[in-house]
Parts: sequence; C-alpha cells; structure tokens
Amino acid sequence: MALPQLRRLLPGLARHRRELLLGLLALALTTALSVAGPWVLRHAIDDMTLAVTRQKLWLYAGLILTLVAVEGVFRYQMRMVLIGLSRDMEYDLRNQVFEHLTRLDARYYQKNRIGELMSRATNDMSAVRMVLGPGIMYTASTVATFVGAVAVMLLISPRLTLLALVPLLLVSWLVRHFGRKVHDRYEEVQAQLAEMNALVQENLSGARVVRAYAQETAEEQRFALANREYVARNKRLIRITGILHPGIGFLMGLGSLTVLWLGGRMVVAGEVTLGEFVAFGAYLAMLNWPMIALGWVVNLVERGEASMGRIHAILDQQPEIRDEAPLAVSAIRGEVEFRGLSFAHDGEPVLRDIELRVPAGTTVAIVGPTGCGKSTLVSLLPRLVDPPPGSVFVDGHDVRRLALATLRAAIGFVPQESFLFSATLRQNVALAEVPEARVAWAAGIAQLEKDVRDFPEGLETRVGERGITLSGGQRQRTALARALATDPRILVLDDSLSAVDTETEEDILLGLREVMRERTTFLVSHRVSTVKQADLIVVMREGRIVERGRHDELVAQGGFYADLHRRQLLEQEIETGEDAA
Amino acid sequence: MSAPDDDPFTPATHDFGLLTRLLGYLRPHAAAVFVSFLLIVAQAGIDLVGPYLTKVAIDRHIARGDAAGLTRVALLFLLTLIAAFVVRFLQTYIMQLTGQRIMQDMRREIFRHLQRLHVAYFDKNPVGRLMTRVTTDVDAVNELFTSGVVTVFGDLFTLLGIMAVMLALDWRLALVTFAVIPLFFLLTDWFRRGARQSFRETRKWVARINAFLQENLSGMAVVQLYRREAKNREAFAGINRKHKDANMQAIFYYAVFYPVIELLAAIATALILIYGGAQVLAGGLTLGALVAFIQYSERFWRPISDLSEKFNVLQAAMAASERIFGLLDTKPQVVSPPSALKPAQVEGRVAFEGVSFAYGEGPPVLSEIDFTVEPGQRVALVGATGAGKTSIISLLMRFYDVGRGRVSVDGRDVREWDVERLRSSMALVLQDVHLFSGTIASNIRLGSEIPIERVRAAAEAVSAHRFIERLPRGYDTEVTERGSTLSVGQKQLLSFARALAHDPRVLILDEATSSVDTETEQLIQAGLRVLMRGRTSIVIAHRLSTVQNVDLILVLHKGRIRERGTHQELLARRGMYFKLYELQYKDQELGAGAQGAAQATA
Repeated sequence: MALPQLRRLLPGLARHRRELLLGLLALALTTALSVAGPWVLRHAIDDMTLAVTRQKLWLYAGLILTLVAVEGVFRYQMRMVLIGLSRDMEYDLRNQVFEHLTRLDARYYQKNRIGELMSRATNDMSAVRMVLGPGIMYTASTVATFVGAVAVMLLISPRLTLLALVPLLLVSWLVRHFGRKVHDRYEEVQAQLAEMNALVQENLSGARVVRAYAQETAEEQRFALANREYVARNKRLIRITGILHPGIGFLMGLGSLTVLWLGGRMVVAGEVTLGEFVAFGAYLAMLNWPMIALGWVVNLVERGEASMGRIHAILDQQPEIRDEAPLAVSAIRGEVEFRGLSFAHDGEPVLRDIELRVPAGTTVAIVGPTGCGKSTLVSLLPRLVDPPPGSVFVDGHDVRRLALATLRAAIGFVPQESFLFSATLRQNVALAEVPEARVAWAAGIAQLEKDVRDFPEGLETRVGERGITLSGGQRQRTALARALATDPRILVLDDSLSAVDTETEEDILLGLREVMRERTTFLVSHRVSTVKQADLIVVMREGRIVERGRHDELVAQGGFYADLHRRQLLEQEIETGEDAA
Repeated sequence: MSAPDDDPFTPATHDFGLLTRLLGYLRPHAAAVFVSFLLIVAQAGIDLVGPYLTKVAIDRHIARGDAAGLTRVALLFLLTLIAAFVVRFLQTYIMQLTGQRIMQDMRREIFRHLQRLHVAYFDKNPVGRLMTRVTTDVDAVNELFTSGVVTVFGDLFTLLGIMAVMLALDWRLALVTFAVIPLFFLLTDWFRRGARQSFRETRKWVARINAFLQENLSGMAVVQLYRREAKNREAFAGINRKHKDANMQAIFYYAVFYPVIELLAAIATALILIYGGAQVLAGGLTLGALVAFIQYSERFWRPISDLSEKFNVLQAAMAASERIFGLLDTKPQVVSPPSALKPAQVEGRVAFEGVSFAYGEGPPVLSEIDFTVEPGQRVALVGATGAGKTSIISLLMRFYDVGRGRVSVDGRDVREWDVERLRSSMALVLQDVHLFSGTIASNIRLGSEIPIERVRAAAEAVSAHRFIERLPRGYDTEVTERGSTLSVGQKQLLSFARALAHDPRVLILDEATSSVDTETEQLIQAGLRVLMRGRTSIVIAHRLSTVQNVDLILVLHKGRIRERGTHQELLARRGMYFKLYELQYKDQELGAGAQGAAQATA
C-alpha cells in the first residue's frame, strides 16, 4: 500500500513526534506488563501442583495486582496520548481546511455544494482521524502484543504456537474480507434508504397532486416496493454480519480447542507443565482482539486514504482571486470606470461591451430584466468575480492590480440575498470592525432603529437560528447598515431593498441621499421609485447597456424604462384599488 | 446523580402504555420472537460450557494422564463451538430480520396514514419533520426490538448462568468472587454516565461546527467582502478547540474504563488465587475448577456493561415511538362521509354559494364567493397575487373545507361526496409541475391503470408526443423529482397529458407564468384547447388567449369577487380588469419580444 494521500500527513505527525514516541513507549510498557501477567499465573498454578505455602499465594496475588495496576497506568497514558494526538492533528487539519476555504472565491462555492464541503470537514475528517488515532494505536498494539505473546508462547512450545495461531490468522482475514463486504452492503442499504427517503419526500411535497389524482393507494404500493427492497437489502447485510461475529467466535474457539486438545496431551506427555498450559491459553486469548483489530484497521486505512484524498482536493485548490503584486494604493476616492468590458461565465456571454464612467461621488442606477447581467456587473467591483484585465478601473487603476483588502475596504457591498450570521444584531452590523458610534449611525440611516427598540435586547438581540427571526425587510436593512457602517467610498446596493416596504424604502432613500452625496453609489433595482433620483440611470438587456439617461429623459424616450414606469404605476393603482369595494 | 431524564428507574406512567402498544407490533411475528428467545437462552447456556470443559479436561484427564479422554473432551468442545456458531447465527439472523419486518410494517402504516391526512396537516408540518417519523424514529424503535428486548434476557441469562455454575462448582469461592460484581456495576455506571455526558457534549460541538461551517460557507462572499476571514478563522478555531476538549473528556472515560475493568478482573483472579489456591492446597478444590473460576470471572463485565446500555436504547425508543404514535393518532379531517355519494356519471356542474374561508385561525382569504359553472363551461379566475384564486381551487378539490357557505358539484355538497370519486372526476394542473421519479409514461398515468395507447394518445393530443419521442428512451425515459432533464415548457405539456389521460369532467388549471419560447408557447396554447374541450374548466388565467375564450371571468380582489363578465364586457367597464389586462395580458399581443419585458416586473 503506497497511500499517497495519507503519506502527506507525515510532516504533521513528525511535529507531534514527542507525543507519538511517548505514547508508543507507554504502549510498549503496557504490552510488556500484560504479557508478564499470565507468566505469574503459570508459576502460581505450577506451584499449586507441587503444594506451596499460603504466603506464596499472597505473593502471587499481590504480584498480579501490582502488574495490572502499573499496566493500567501505562494503558491510560497510552490511550490519552495516542488518541489525544489524533484529536490534536484533527484540530489542526480542520483549521487548515477552514482557513483555506476562506481564501476560495465565489465561483468555487458555485461549483461545490456546501453540504459536500461540510461533509469533508466533518465525516472525511473523522475517517482520517480514525487512522491517526485507533489506526496507529491498534497497529502498534497488535505488533507489540504479537511479538510479546508469541515470544513467550514459542518459549512454552513452538509446535503448539504454530498450530494455535492458524485459526487466529483466519480471524484477521475474516474481518478484513467480511468487513469490506459489510461496508459495501451497508452502503447498499444506505442507498436504498436514501431512495426511500426521496420517495417519501416527493410524495409529501406533492401531497396535493397525490390527492388530486386520487393516487393514495398507488403511492402506497410504490412505497411498499421501496420498503420491501430496503428490507431485502438489510437481509443481505444481516446475512453477513450474522456470520461475521459468530465466525470470529468460532475461529477463536478453534484456537482454544487446539490448546485444550494438543496442549492437554503435551501436559500428559510431560512436555509442558499445567501452569504453562493455562498460561498458554491466556496468551492466546490476548491475541484475540489484536487479530480482529488488524483486519479492521486495514479497512480503516483504506477509507482514511479515500477521505484524505477528498480533503486534499480542497487544500490543493488554488484560490483564483488573490493579490498578485498589488499597487501601493492606500486611499480610494471612488471613481469607477468600465472600459470595453465583456465577460463570459462558463462560455456564456453575460456582459458585452460595457462602457460606463462613474465620477467619484455620483449615483448610478442599473435596471433591467432578470438575467440581464446587472448583478454580475456590480460583483466585478469588489472582485467577487474577477473581470478580464484592463476592463474595470477604480480611480484609474485596474481592480485586478489593487490589493483585495484595500479594494474591499473601500466598497460597501449589499448583496441581493442579505446574509446574516447567527450573532447579535450589533455583531452583524459591525462585521468589519467599525467604531461604536458608526453602528448606531448606520442603523439609523437603514431605518433599523425602530425595530431595534422593539427587540428584547436592542442591538444585542441575537438573530438567526438561536435568536429571533427577522423579516425579509429587516434582514435587508441590517445588511444595508452593515455596509454603511464601514464608511465606504463606494456603496453598492444590489437590489437590496426589494423586501423593504415602499414607505420605509422612501425613508431609507431620504436618509441615504445625504450619505450618497459624498460617495459613489451603484443602485441596482427593479423599482422605479428607488432609482428615479439617480444622477444616471442605465438600462441593461442581455448583457448590454441599451438605454442611459436621467429619469425624465428615459420616460420621454418611451423604451423599456418608460414601460417599467407605466406598469409600476398600474400595479400601484390595482393594489390600492379598494375605492369601489 | 445526574439530570432527571437520565434516571432509567422512574419511567413516566404513559411509558407503560407506549410499551404495550409497541409490543403489539411483535404479535404478528410471535413465532419468530419466541424462537429467537429460545435461541438466546441456548446461546447463553452454550457459552458457559467452555470453561467447564477446561475444568473437566484438567481434573479428569490431564491430571490423570488420560489422553483418550482428553480427545473426547476436545470433540465435545468442538461440538459446542459448532453449536455456538449455528445458534448465534440463527439468533442474530432471525431477530434482526424480524426487527426489519416489524419496521416494514410500521413504516407502511405511517406512510398509509400520511396518505389519508388532509392537506392542511402538511401546511403545519414541514416535510423534513414528517420524514424523520418514517426513517429515524422507526430506526430508534428498531433498536429496541433487535438489540433491546431480547438481548436483555440474553445478558441476564449469561450473568445468572455464570453465577449458577460458579456456585455449583464451589459456593464459598463463588461468593468470594462475586464481591467484584457490584464493583463492575459501579464502574460501568460511572463510565456510562460520564461517557454519555461527554458524548452529549461532543455532539453539541459537532453541531456547532456544522452550523458554523454551514453559515460561513454559504455566506463566504460576505465574509470576504467585509474582510472577516481572520476573525472567523479564530472563531472557528475556538469552536474546533471546544470540540477537541469535549472529545478529550470522552477519551478520558475510555482511558480509565478499560484499565479499571482489567484491574477488577485481576482482583477477581487474586481472590481466586488466595482463597481458592488455599483450598486447592487443602484439597477442597480441584485445580481445574480454579482455572475455570478464573475464566468465568473474566466474563462478568460484558453482560453487565451491556445491560446498563439497554436503558438508553429503551429511552430513545420510547421517545421515538411517542412521536410516531402522535402522528398515527392524528385524525384525517377530510374524509368521505358514511354512505358517500359515488355516482357512475359526473356531469361537472360546479357551484360556490356564499363561500367564506380562512386557513386555520388566520385572516379570511375568501368572503361571500358566489358563482355557478354549467357542465362544459369555462371560467377564468384573475386577480393579483393573494386575491384568493388558489384557495377557490383548493376548496373545490376539497383539500380544505369551507368555513361558511357551500361548494357543490352536480348540485351536491362536496362534503357529501366520496372524496376519491370527487377528486377522480377532476384533474388538477398546477404551475409547478410535480414530477414523480419514474418514467415519462408513469408520470402521465401515475398509479392509475391507463394503457400505454391512451398515454400516447393523450400526449399526442396535447403535442407532448413530439418531444417525448425525441428523448433517449421515449416514454420510458427516467425523470427525477426536480425533473432537471425537462424544460419548463416540456413539463407543462407533460402535465397536460397527465390531465387528459385521466379524462376528467372538471379541469382545474393554474396556468404557468413562466416564459417559454414562442414555439412551445404555441404548443401549450394548442394543448390547452384540446384539454378544455368538452369539460367544465376552471382556470387561473395568465394567458391572453385563455381569458379571451372563456365564458365567464371572475375578477378577485382580496378574497372577494370584484367584477364578473366576459372579456369584452369587462374591458368595456374599464375597471379593475381593464388595469389587470393592461398589466398582465396586453403585451402578449405584441409577441415574444415584449414578453421578456413583462417578466421583469412579474
């Protein structure tokens, strides 16, 4: 076994060599002492056949107790150190994986499912840890016990040793062979379970259709089939687990049988003493567990190798968006320019020939149908996605030449989906380490103050899973406050007021007007009411800018923007159309 | 002592009721359970034979130099090994399989019950939670049957058997050796509590790690935008460390447990050596018995630690079964009345008379709805989102029952109908087409017995045949729940074929708003015409051609009918319909180009 993946853990293991050596030393001592135990028993029994004093019995009893007690101390040490070591390395490795994940860009997260990544940081991590902990410990222990016990057994009788070991070696083979089968069949059972789950899931989520087409009975039959298959697969699994455990017992029994029969005959023949006969049985019993462990560890290592490969797939992924010899720019004024920008995503053109200059301190609004490229355009600014070189400029510098930290610190970006962490409101707003006073100010502009007053603990109220649930509008306003609190030179609102009711939105916009006056602002929106005050309104269709101008100009033009304007007026009329009712 | 929920000795009174109800599931498998029980007793007995044979071998044969006798004992030993193997295999196999069968019954019962429950139940209970009932909870109960009830007896028999044999061999030495048994109990109890506590702790931190990862990975863009990477790494390392510490605690319990088990076994050996050895010297005990004693005493702790584990299994199973029975005891609220209406022919006259309705305790979503649809007529429901269109459909199909008023089909209140007959006279086509995993054909016929010819005919009639034929395996092409292999338009056509194949008297349709290419759009239009021909049709209309061609349009606003009439009448009135028309339908006249614009505001 070459184990190229697990091999890469060796440098990490070398860093823990002190613990490793200490643990292995404890293991060696544990084994030595436990091998000594039956030897005392041997003398005790032999002495009894010859008749000894009671004092000697006390001596033997005391010796056994002392041996086991001292051994216990080392055994404790061994487990604490060796298993603890695996937990330490797991801890390091998991931190390393997370650290690496924080460097990977948006595109990586689009390509990889979160559940998958989480499973690598947890399940796969466990599989690797099992190799480092129980894997190393039981391998070493098997080797040590084998060497120790077999040495003494050979001393008693080489012939008996060889014969008694045959069934034990079969145990290892059995565990390894059946262990793998058990694993495979278990996977089959799990696959069917997933199948059955999917069936239940689709049945329950389609409850209306099932009822509408009176399919209840048919669905029951479908489920019964899946259910039956699940039981059938379990049956296949049970058939081998049913054999495996009794089989191990049987083989071990064969070892004992050999000792009883052949060993007994040797006692009769005077080749070994009765004490040696009893001790031999005890040594054989000592080998039982290591033999099971051996087969088990091999499977463990196999799984660990596969898991390690999946973990390395994360660690080996180069971050695509990173600083590469950035310019020494520290302050940003906020002038933005898109120059002949064309951008494709997985071969699909998303943006075409975008030419747009936004002087520092002005507000530009971007409108257009879903999928026209508005969000992509603004996501290029903080380099959530990297634009082609020489197409997006801030203060005249290509954004790709600006340090990520500098660039992002200058941009307050409010994404479409407002993402809150399960932390307090204050922590959510002050995500980017901002002065205390700015949090309150930002919460004010975002019209969050009124809500905060109603919360049990004000800004210290926890949100998310273990806190209160915020409405869509409240979430968006929190995300807005977060961006404002960083006092950015460039503010980007990517359709981030869509869930805020129109009245509150007006209040927010009123407050923002002051803020926007001194900053470059990008407003992406569906709502005419949001954008009509902008210095420049840009309409995008299929990746191109098709209209540009101020509100009045665009309404007069009678294009897409004018139509949007007309529809929203209509919608408003219908909504408030209570009059006649 | 630890938390009250840890105490296994004070089961709540209702646990007994749960247990008897659970045992009811064993009844159909009584024979298997009985056999399994016998086997486990046999197994406990056979396990006792080994050390005893050692004693016999030493005392009667080895000590006396009787090699032939030794061979007989060895043969006997071999027999017990084989017997142990067979018995253990049979026991595991029968018990596990019975457990699986019981679970099969239980899952079937739960699933069947879920099919009978009213739609409103699913509004209140998320799918994920209900799925847990069918899977995780059933598994927890399974544990009780397979590793709980029966093996408890096995452990008890083993323990009592060892004690009995030891007492028979030498009761005084036996009593001396039994001194360690309480220590075993104390140790395993300490270990069980400690390990459980620390496992609870580790699970808590595993959950935290998961939650943190889930949150940070899904919000990585925000983390990066606000340059939070370092801080969050630190936070993660903190949680990670707590997780490690909790695990170290668990390791501690294991690290202590095993050495102490060995120490207890050593104490037993020491006691046997001192007390038994003295007797051997005095001639009161044979050496073989002494060796057998040592071997027996090493077998104490396994059944003891198993026994203490069983209480956990029992408690988990109780909690799970309580949840399962809670589900099974929920009465379906929409059921057919006794002597329900089950006419052979349905004409398809639909009437709403003064209908009001609210979901649960919520605000009214429909008030005073009155309208009649004659057989074969077409009605369109229009209005803004939340106007109550979908609720009307739901009441007609009797997904819910009205609050006030009455919904009737062919002049008889839907509540007088046999639910299945009522629904099978209708066909529902929703915007989001729900596909079941299976083939195209099975998605058209669903579970109904519809010959493939009719499936094809239906698909042809609604122009779905063409795209189906082009699929790799035609009607036998596999589709999945999300139906990712099919486009939105294709799914629409498929659902039309499904409705047509079921040949309903009343067609209920929620037209899709989603955009499709012009060609598909035309196919859908044509399909719709075929579908509605000769049937009472109630349509939530989003398409101009639909509203133009219906006999009656009902304009809903906030749960009331605001306007009614034909397309021309309503346009002439220049009221709410006129505005809706401007907003929703007018662009459709302009063709596909303007349609794109319409979606921007949809």
